[in-house]
Amino acid sequence: MTRVHDRGGWPGAGPIDRQEHQLADWELLADALVQSLASPHRGIIRIDELRRAIESLPSPDYESLSYYERWIAAVERLMIEKKIVTREEIDAKVATLGEECRE
Amino acid sequence: MSQGHGHGHDEHAPIRHDGHSSPLARRARALEALLTEKGVLTPADIRSAIDALVSRTPADGAKLVARAWVDPAFKARLLADPKAAAAELGIDLTSYARLGVVENTDKVHHVVVCTLCSCYPRMLLGPPPAWYKSLNYRARTVADPRGVMREFGLELPPKVEVRVLDSTADMRYLVLPRRPPGTEHVSEAELRSLVTRDSMIGVSNPQPERAHV
Repeated sequence: MTRVHDRGGWPGAGPIDRQEHQLADWELLADALVQSLASPHRGIIRIDELRRAIESLPSPDYESLSYYERWIAAVERLMIEKKIVTREEIDAKVATLGEECRE
Repeated sequence: MSQGHGHGHDEHAPIRHDGHSSPLARRARALEALLTEKGVLTPADIRSAIDALVSRTPADGAKLVARAWVDPAFKARLLADPKAAAAELGIDLTSYARLGVVENTDKVHHVVVCTLCSCYPRMLLGPPPAWYKSLNYRARTVADPRGVMREFGLELPPKVEVRVLDSTADMRYLVLPRRPPGTEHVSEAELRSLVTRDSMIGVSNPQPERAHV
């Protein structure tokens, strides 16, 4: 069975969007979270773990999420697996941040 | 707020550029807050990682390529042992995954993809462009490399053999592109400016500087 991340030769692929894309702040943050957690200095996650977490996203999520959204979903999963944070803590924090954004 | 489900190929739609449009963007902020509150990471960790990301460019890759163009002995060393050759130019790659350097000639042309994810020689080229990470590039480059290169404006003669290299987390590739014709008297410093990121991925060839009209 072909898995969703194994894209080589995937049927139905269209033209490539070659537009340059300036990374948004939250995308830089997603990258920085991964690089910091995976740095030899911290060693909290390994890149192979991150890949495993990305590759085991449900297919519809893998297809619909953007690149760094997949990373965030994967980091969240790893942090929960490692019992560093709970999903409830993240949900609660998201709610707090949401209020701050409302100004 | 929509998650944008059902737009599988539309990975870089403008709506995603707005930090507030994606629920996942908020979750990244929440993770940042929690991980720093708990002392798992420091704000300095995150800051320096962002700094490293935004300051890295294809300049080091271009430096290696330009030196290889002017110095055949260096080129041989670069192809044989890329990390040792890079160290000669003060580029330290010791902490990175294995690196392969492959040479494009008039007989063989290499192009690099990562079908499984987005593996890329960041240490030499900076962060990968969005298209490199796109599902379409990942799908098509191994199946129809000439068609992909055509979209980038590169039409290779049929007699040129095309080799596609699929990167992995443990093995990254840098393409040593062909030196543009008519640049025999161009200085190494000027040659560096001709070496484009895309030519080091293999989807295009470097062009000679435009002649004065």
